[in-house]
Amino acid sequence: MTAPQPLLDIRNLEKRFELDRGFLETLKLRGGKLVQEKREVHAVNDISLQVAPGEALCVVGESGCGKSTVARLIAGLLTPSSGEIHYGGERIDNRSRRAMMPLRKKMQMIFQNPYASLNPRMTIQQALEEPVRYHNPNLSQGEIRDKVADVMRAVGVDPSWGGRYPHEFSGGQRQRIAIARALTVDPEFIIADEPISALDVSIQAQVLNLMLEAKEERGLTYLFITHDLSVVQHFGTKVAVLYLGSVCELSDTATLFENPKHPYTRALLSAVPQLKDDHPNHIRLRGEIPTPINLPPGCPFESRCAHANSRCQSEQPRPQLQPDGALVACHAVEEGRLDG
Amino acid sequence: MSLLSVRDLSVKFAMRDNTVTALNQISFDLAKGERLGIVGESGAGKSITGFALMNLLSRPGFVDSGKILFQGDDIAQMSDAQMRRIRGNQMAMIFQDPMVTLNPVLTIGQQMVETLMAHRKLSKSEAEQIAIVKLREVYIPSPAERLNQYPHELSGGMRQRIIIAIALLLDPQLIIADEPTTALDVTIQADIMELLLELCETNKVGLILITHDLGVVSQMTERTLVMYAGRIIEAGRTREIINDPQHPYTQGLINALPQQTAPGQRLKQIPGNMPSLTAIPNGCPFSPRCEYVQDHCRTEAPKTVQYTHVEVACHEVHRLHSDKAEEMNR
Ligand SMILES: Nc1ncnc2c1ncn2[C@@H]1O[C@H](COP(=O)(O)OP(=O)(O)OP(=O)(O)O)[C@@H](O)[C@H]1O
Ligand SMILES: Nc1ncnc2c1ncn2[C@@H]1O[C@H](COP(=O)(O)OP(=O)(O)O)[C@@H](O)[C@H]1O
Ligand code: SF4
Ligand code: SF4
Ligand SMILES: [Mg+2]
Ligand SMILES: [Mg+2]
Repeated sequence: MTAPQPLLDIRNLEKRFELDRGFLETLKLRGGKLVQEKREVHAVNDISLQVAPGEALCVVGESGCGKSTVARLIAGLLTPSSGEIHYGGERIDNRSRRAMMPLRKKMQMIFQNPYASLNPRMTIQQALEEPVRYHNPNLSQGEIRDKVADVMRAVGVDPSWGGRYPHEFSGGQRQRIAIARALTVDPEFIIADEPISALDVSIQAQVLNLMLEAKEERGLTYLFITHDLSVVQHFGTKVAVLYLGSVCELSDTATLFENPKHPYTRALLSAVPQLKDDHPNHIRLRGEIPTPINLPPGCPFESRCAHANSRCQSEQPRPQLQPDGALVACHAVEEGRLDG
Repeated sequence: MSLLSVRDLSVKFAMRDNTVTALNQISFDLAKGERLGIVGESGAGKSITGFALMNLLSRPGFVDSGKILFQGDDIAQMSDAQMRRIRGNQMAMIFQDPMVTLNPVLTIGQQMVETLMAHRKLSKSEAEQIAIVKLREVYIPSPAERLNQYPHELSGGMRQRIIIAIALLLDPQLIIADEPTTALDVTIQADIMELLLELCETNKVGLILITHDLGVVSQMTERTLVMYAGRIIEAGRTREIINDPQHPYTQGLINALPQQTAPGQRLKQIPGNMPSLTAIPNGCPFSPRCEYVQDHCRTEAPKTVQYTHVEVACHEVHRLHSDKAEEMNR
């Protein structure tokens, strides 16, 4: 059996942001001489990954590790510095805004702050009708209204509330409406950047259930960014662990939680406060997270890793396929010196 | 004697044409060196409780009735001057955003020395020595150099550790921490929690930890208060509350967590939302969301009753207990 063609295929993706924009800002004094020097943020470094249809890939990692940048690159909101993004077999990273239009419908983005996707001056009815009309110019006004009412009911929002504005809803309701808006155009791929992080536990459950339903009933594919590992375990079929712009481990969700391999993944899993266990075996990381401005030449995790050696300082580990299918970028794992 | 004893504390906000109740007759105690968690969803009244304990309620909020006894003295009745002596000295507060406490235009050293010299008769160099010791206690690398740095030159995790060092400067009896790690990454959160736990245990400092994260409460505290719409609806040993929650809201909070459901299955959600202060339902405030609701829940507020392990305010829990008691008598 051959693997199904991935819906999304990211190859060697890189994104660097220039820090110093003006000419004067680029001038630096070095050893008594004035030199021109541009500083860059290496937000995403050589990331490759695939998402198959129907899969939910969760992306986790610390603040600033590049999660949102990856999402925005895929959605076409940023242009890669290098590398390729393929969607449904076609290359999309080099398309013009116009050429991206047909894709906009298939690929929808949901943000942490639902205000970012809802216009405060539009009623909910207007906000929900707009994308339907835009993507289906042939529908009559009545058909549009029916479709919007269906979607509102599906996300547990009373269609009679259509005349209200976003600020008249609670955070959880707003996020459900933002999801409803994304669903009105029957997308196939949803990129969700921390969609439930700002919500309370009981409301998180409501929104997560909604996304699970959409996944099962519509066969949606997700790229889901979160820092909550219990949500990853629940929602994800696959997990990518990012550190300082690089993927350190990419694996099936069950495999990752049962048998984490990369030292950073292990530290991350051990840090989650457990509900029922009094004595956590928390792996304390030393050192500080380096800035993505001056990337270390070797392994990005080297400054905080208890297993680092001189090879780790000089040579960047490449992702290696493990017997259980996980991809892990770590010299110690490759050399078998982590454990038996 | 308890370190802290709160009795029937009510806090109100004066609105334009009426007053609303933010805390409704809450009572609890904290022993010396004890660690207490306050949990509940946003709007439950957790932060207002913290502010009231520090006598930091700002208008339009005010203590309407009740007592806050700290080592026997009523904080709610204290003058600003009396309170200033207690605040920082015997009670300290840690906020979610370290920049609430840190002054961006002063170096870390200036802020620590200023605090010390305001409360103790010390020379500047003596104060600096104490500051360095405290920074070392919270595992700040090269503490002497940090004294000359400004807050923006430090990472979020390091800033929060400095806040803890400042809170510990005057060896307080009680630390109130309001969501101290919510803005931080999990690995850094775990470090800071471990540090706080260690410092409270070795110095016998009491801790009130306000959070919405039940995992954090479970790892950090001995006792827990669960709040809903300005009331304490369940209180008791943390272990008991996590393993055997009694109140339907506490059960709902725990059951809604993803780890309580098999991967991919629907989570158990609580319908509806926390009410706003202007629309708190009559009777039991949780009644519109409760699956066990009965008619009298909508009219009559449930009393708080102490059972073996926990105290609970819920008609249904009371009924189950009296049924059981009757059975035993038969
Ligand atoms: N427009 C920009 N210009 C300069 N640097 C940027 C820009 N956008 C992002 N960065 C930097 O790129 C890195 C990755 O940022 P990104 O927003 O992707 O992080 P993230 O993983 O989403 O973090 P968080 O969990 O805090 O949302 C960070 O160092 C960030 O400061
Ligand atoms: N200055 C204020 N005026 C009116 N209501 C307020 C004020 N500050 C807080 N509240 C209300 O008091 C309730 C409890 O707030 P808070 O203690 O901050 O909740 P939390 O449990 O999330 O910390 C909320 O309903 C909030 O909207
Ligand atoms: S490559 Fe070296 S430094 Fe990096 S995670 Fe592996 S052991 Fe640690
Ligand atoms: S008092 Fe009634 S409504 Fe309130 S929690 Fe108990 S059973 Fe539910
Ligand atoms: Mg982000
Ligand atoms: Mg709060």
